[in-house]
This record gives sequence, C-alpha cells and structure tokens, in this order.
Amino acid sequence: MSATLTAAAPRRLRFAVSQEWLLAIAILLLFVGVGLYNPRFVASRNLQSILLGNAYVAVAAIGMSMVIISGNIDISVGSLIGVLASVSGGLAVAGVPSVLAWLIPVAIGSAVMAAQGALVAYLGLPSIVVTLGMLSILKGGLISVTNGVWISNLPDNYHLAQWSLFGVVPMPVAFMVVLTIAAAWWMRNTALGRSIYAVGGNAEAARLCGIGRERTLMMVFAVHGAFVGIAAVLFATQLSVIQSTVPSNLELTIITASVVGGVSILGGTGTVVGATLAAVLIAAIGSSLIFVNLSPFWLRAVQGILILVTVLADIYRRRRRGLAR
Amino acid sequence: MAVPQPVLAEQASPMRAAAPPVLALDGITKSFPGVQALKGVSFEVAPGEVHALLGENGAGKSTLIKIMSGVHQADSGTLAMHGRPLRLASPHAARQAGIATIYQELLLFPELSVAENLFMGHAPRRRFGGLDWRALRVRARALLDSLDIHDLDIDGAVGTLSVGNRQRVEILRALSQDASVLIMDEPTAALTEHDVVRLFGIVRKLRARGVSIVYISHRLEEIFQLADRVTVLRDGEHVATKTVSQTDTADLIQMMVGRRIDSLFPKITVPIGKPMLELRGLARPPVSRPVSLSVHAGEIVGLAGLVGSGRSELAQAIFGVTPATAGTMLIDGVAARVGSVAEARRLGIAYVPEDRGTQGLVRPMTVRENASLAVLSDLARFGFIDRAAEARLARETVARFGVRTAGIEQIVGKLSGGNQQKIVLGKWLAANPRVLILDEPTRGIDVGAKAEIHRLMGELAGRGMAVLMISSELPEVLGMSDRVLVMREGGIVAAFSRAEATQERVAGAMMGGGGTPG
Repeated sequence: MSATLTAAAPRRLRFAVSQEWLLAIAILLLFVGVGLYNPRFVASRNLQSILLGNAYVAVAAIGMSMVIISGNIDISVGSLIGVLASVSGGLAVAGVPSVLAWLIPVAIGSAVMAAQGALVAYLGLPSIVVTLGMLSILKGGLISVTNGVWISNLPDNYHLAQWSLFGVVPMPVAFMVVLTIAAAWWMRNTALGRSIYAVGGNAEAARLCGIGRERTLMMVFAVHGAFVGIAAVLFATQLSVIQSTVPSNLELTIITASVVGGVSILGGTGTVVGATLAAVLIAAIGSSLIFVNLSPFWLRAVQGILILVTVLADIYRRRRRGLAR
Repeated sequence: MAVPQPVLAEQASPMRAAAPPVLALDGITKSFPGVQALKGVSFEVAPGEVHALLGENGAGKSTLIKIMSGVHQADSGTLAMHGRPLRLASPHAARQAGIATIYQELLLFPELSVAENLFMGHAPRRRFGGLDWRALRVRARALLDSLDIHDLDIDGAVGTLSVGNRQRVEILRALSQDASVLIMDEPTAALTEHDVVRLFGIVRKLRARGVSIVYISHRLEEIFQLADRVTVLRDGEHVATKTVSQTDTADLIQMMVGRRIDSLFPKITVPIGKPMLELRGLARPPVSRPVSLSVHAGEIVGLAGLVGSGRSELAQAIFGVTPATAGTMLIDGVAARVGSVAEARRLGIAYVPEDRGTQGLVRPMTVRENASLAVLSDLARFGFIDRAAEARLARETVARFGVRTAGIEQIVGKLSGGNQQKIVLGKWLAANPRVLILDEPTRGIDVGAKAEIHRLMGELAGRGMAVLMISSELPEVLGMSDRVLVMREGGIVAAFSRAEATQERVAGAMMGGGGTPG
C-alpha cells in the first residue's frame, strides 16, 4: 500500500497539469501562432469581437457544466436561449423598461429549467429525454407563436454592449468573467456546490450522507436556468435584429465547451473555469480559420476532434486515479 | 431434437457413487490477486445424483462452480467428463459439453417469450436462415410436457412471470441443450414455499431421468430433503464428501465452521450502559417482518445471518434509507420517527454501508471532501463551507484512523480498500453518533487494516457508543460481539450471549438447522 503511494507520487506530479492550464496554454499558443501568420487576428478589434460575440456561450456553459457535473445533461439549452432572446426583445420593443426586458428572461429561464429539473429529480426521468422533449416544444413553439416575424427597432438603451466596466471591459465580457469567477467560487465553497459534485460522483453515497438528491438536482437545473437566461439576454442585446429561430447547433457548442473544459461527461468532476476557457478557445479557433484562409465549416470538425481528445484524456485520467470501472 | 429422453428412468433410487462419475474434478487450485480461492479441491458428480455443495461465504463454492461452468479456468488440476479429460475455455464450451448452470440472477430475456428464451442461440431454422417459428413452438411445448409442466404459456413474455416460473424456464432451457450436469446456485433463495415444492419436484424428475445435479444451498433442511451426497468446502479446501443419510445437521455445521478462532480480536470489556437503540416490532410490511432488539451504550451487538436474511434491510430501515412503516424505535429511551437519512443523522445514528465503492465513498472526490460529506451542513454557515474547519476535520480523521494517504487532497479512489474503509468510518464518526451501525465493516480489506478497525470498534464502544455490527464472518461476529443476534428470512430467530455463542450454534441458527434461542 505504501509502495503504491510512493510509486504514484511522482506520477501525480507529472500529470498535475490541470485542464484549465492546458486550455489557457492552448489559447495563448493559438493567438501567438495565428497572430504571427496574420497579425490582423490579434488586432484588438478582432479580439473584442471574439469575446463579445461569444460571451453568452461561455455563460451558458457555466450552467451546463453544473448540470453535467451533477450527472445530467441539458440539450434544450440552445432552444431556450432562442426563446428567451425573443421574449427579451419582444418586451423591449413593446416598451417595457430595458431592466425588466433583461431580468424577466432570467426568471423565466430559471422556472423552465426548474420544471425540467423536477421531472428529472422527482419522477426519475432521464434528463436527456426530458430536455429533448423541451427542445422540440421550444423550437416548434417559438416559430408558431411568432409566425417567424423578426424583432427589430430595439430601443437604444437595450444594448448592453454600449456600457463598459471601468471604461475598458465591455459589459458582456465583464459578465462572462465575473459570473465565471463567482460560479467557480460558489461551486468550491458552498454546501450546495459540494452536493452537486457528490450527487454526480456517487448519488447513492450522497443519499446515505443525508444529501437530498432531489433537492440538489432541482437547484442545479434552476441555477442553470438563470445562467441560460443571462446568456439569452447577452445574446439578444448584441443583435440589431432578433430572428425568431433558434441558433442552430448552439446546444452542441455549449456542451462541447463544458466537456472540453474538463467536465467529465460521467458526472462528478470538472470546473466552470475550464468551461469558460474552452468556450473562448472554440470561439478563437472559429475566428482563426478565417485568418488562415480555411473554410469556417472546419470549425465543426475541429470541435469534434477537441471533444474526442478530451474524452479520451478524461478516461486516461480516470484510469490513473483508479476510478475506471 | 432437443428434448431429453428418459434414459435412466428405472434408476429412481439415489446413490450411485460406485458408478463412474459424469464429471470429475481433481486437485483444482485457483487463486485471484490476494486470495487463494481453491486449494487442491477434488469433486465428483455421479450419474443421476443430487450432489449438494456446502460451505460458508468465501469457502470457495462460487469459484468451484465457475470452474465447472467454464467461467474461470483452474490454475492447476484436471477436469474429466465420463472419464475423458475436459478443457473448458469458456461458458460456451461448458454448455457444449453438457454442463448447464443456473445462477441466482437468472439470465433470461424479459421482453421475449418463453419459447424464444428456451431456444435462444439454438433455435430451429428454416432453409434460408429464418427462424422456424412453428417448430420452435412445437418443441417448446414438448419440452414443457416432458416435465409435466402445463401451467406456463409458451408465448407469454418471460418478464411477466414470477421468479419461480422464470427459474423453471431457465431449467428447461438447460434441458433444451441436453445438459447432463445441471448446476444450481442457491435456487431457492428467492422462491416462495409453493415454488420450492415445485422446484423439488422438477429436480427429482430430472434425477430420475439421469441428469446429475450440483445443488448449492445454505438451507440445510433442503439438503436432507433432496440431496444424495454432500460435499463441504471450507476456506478453499475440500473438507469431506458424505452420503446424506449418514450425516446430520450438527455434523455438517461442524465441518463447515470447524476452524479455530485466532486471537485477532482485541475485545475490551467495557461497562454496559442503558439502552441506546431499541426496536419494538420495527417492520416495513409486506417487505420485512417485525424486529425487536436493543443495543445498549458501550455494547457491540453482532448481527449474524446469511446474505439475503434481511440484515442490511433492517439497518437501512433504522437509518431511514427505506423508512419503517410499522413498530416503534427508541433512541436513548425517547420514541423516534425516522423518515429520512437526514433525520436519522440528527438523532445521532450513523450507518457505514456494506459496499464502499457504491455506497460509501464519492470516488472522484478528495479525502477532505469525503471526510466532511456527512457533516457538510454542520460545517456550513449560511450555506458556505468553513474551509479551514473542513481541512482540520480531514486532517484529524487521517491522523485518528491512521489513514495512509499522500495528503488530504488525495483522490480517495486511489487509496487501498482498508484506507478507504477508514475514511468511510471517519466520515460517520465526524457526526458524533450515539448509535453506530456497521455493515460488513471489514469485508475485502487486509488483515492489518482489519485489526485496526476492530480495535477502533472497541474504543468507540468504550466511549459509550452503541454498536450494531452486521457481519458474515463468524469469527468476527464471535470475536467482537457482547451479544449475537441471528437473522433469517427477515426476522430475528436466535439470540446468544457472548458466552453462549459458539460457531456451531450461530451457524445452526443462521441456516435453520437448530440452535437454541437463549
């Protein structure tokens, strides 16, 4: 036993590089590499467009990471963002104060997700099925209700990006950074955050410790819903016209960000910091393709490769930790 | 054609030990990492006999039948069938050789019909490879008729059948492949009395037809009703093979448990206090029978019984995992209702579950996170965990239990079984319980860690904790307990003081072969 530990110790050090650091290094290498090839890639205008245009993906990935850590998944996220963006824009156009047009979607998002969470937690339905149903309802409902009419003429003070934190960080980016740090801290330091890891890591052991699986799952989905609401508002307020369709494949991009960020698809491990970094990395890769004259359609393929590499690395790490079955 | 013919119908009488054996195992050894499961075991099955295989948990029965059914391969020793050497590289090879095994967990396809299940893998075909449904049903019916079974619908889905009927389907499936040796692993464990009678009828018919049956059961009375010969294993060794008519219950139990108890158990005598946990007719009808017992402060009560006798279920009822619906429970003399784990925890009850991997630990988490999991709400203020207090608790646990770990940030999945068990124990002791329920506290851990856990149990009792210990290891039960309670079929059937408790008496009560309540 002690022999195993002595043997394991140096190995642990060698592989102590966390997913978060790997992603940070990957982002840095990407910017340096592509920047050397085409300096316009690292121009501040491009950097800003990468971050501004994708902050909402990162924010949604925070909630998604919590859901996946708890041992579940949400594939209705893209559709819900589409619906909530239309709700937000619709309210703004109807003359509702912008503050309410921002807050109401957050409340609705949380309520819709809590309802799905209740089905998962109390009726024991698999989350993939519940959220697949919701995906169809939201997608179909949105087009039916709006008749496909786009929302335009949004009031000037609706657009969040016109403000900056300290005059330098545009609001959406500030949201992304602050929410990531807050969520990471919350997951590490609260009893509920810990319960999410425990339920995802071993629901039975958690139950025997008096941690209510049902309550925990309800809360995870409700919190995730709030993040989805914020993501929808960040998404809507950067547009001049809100289409009444759901952004295609958005759920896949968000799930990819979580998984590439190091959240184990089997539940129980991962961090939200990794998810945000992965969202930035994916956005940067997408942008870089243009600057190295590759078809942007390569982005999907690159995302796919990233997922496979990450999942393989996850399994490798689990084996090392003695977690493999 | 698969329906077996009654070749030896006239030989209904048992005992043909003189006839050449159908299946003979000689000098079989088998070891797994860390355990030598079988040490040169020889075993013979005569044609048309019911040969019972008896032994405690861990005696090597399962390993032996897995070698006979091709699941495991012996490290050394030989197998022979009808005098010819036999090599079983896979379960499939065993089936081909005519050895069929019916495990406790039945291996059927619940969505498919009885007929389809019977001929799964060797169904009659039409010329172009399609299934011949007509032939399939005709043969299925013939097979049922051959055993005078007329109450099974061959087109009904197996999933809708009772356990007893599913078992009959599995037996028939073995016959459909012309099995000459049928191995049955505790076939009556999950059966109702009516189903047991029916099963016995089938077994006798098969014997009359010349099929040899290896019958594993913990119920001694069944062995005397059914078997011709009995072989007893103990600690991986062959103890004896006897003709059933020339032995008795006491003899068998003596052979099963007859090993010396070593001085591994540092039992400390401590003053026994007032009753801390009292159950009066606690039950969860219709699942469990009413149980009454009491555990006093400073006392270690051993709960013995076979696997499936209802011990873990009782523990989980006390702990609120599956709350009891009848009877009363008193904690420290005060009536208590336990409807959930959280309530049990508040009342000062702790439960260290049987299976560390699936119930005790969150393996991807660190030592620190696991150590605090049961007291998370106490460590948190307004929902925020006091990280300094948590780290202190984890370091205390590691120090107090002598956990060998690289540090409190070590992932628990990496630790050895014994160290994992110490963390599980420590996690619950952090909650400062008054009543501690231990479910198989030393299963699968090495001798050193075992001794440490035993020492700790004595220490905890010494501090006035009431300890209820479930264990399938008789030496552990006898060595550690102040009193021994025995459960069988969901109820408590015997109670012994430390002085009265002997291996023979406790084992006898466990298996229903006598043993006097004291």
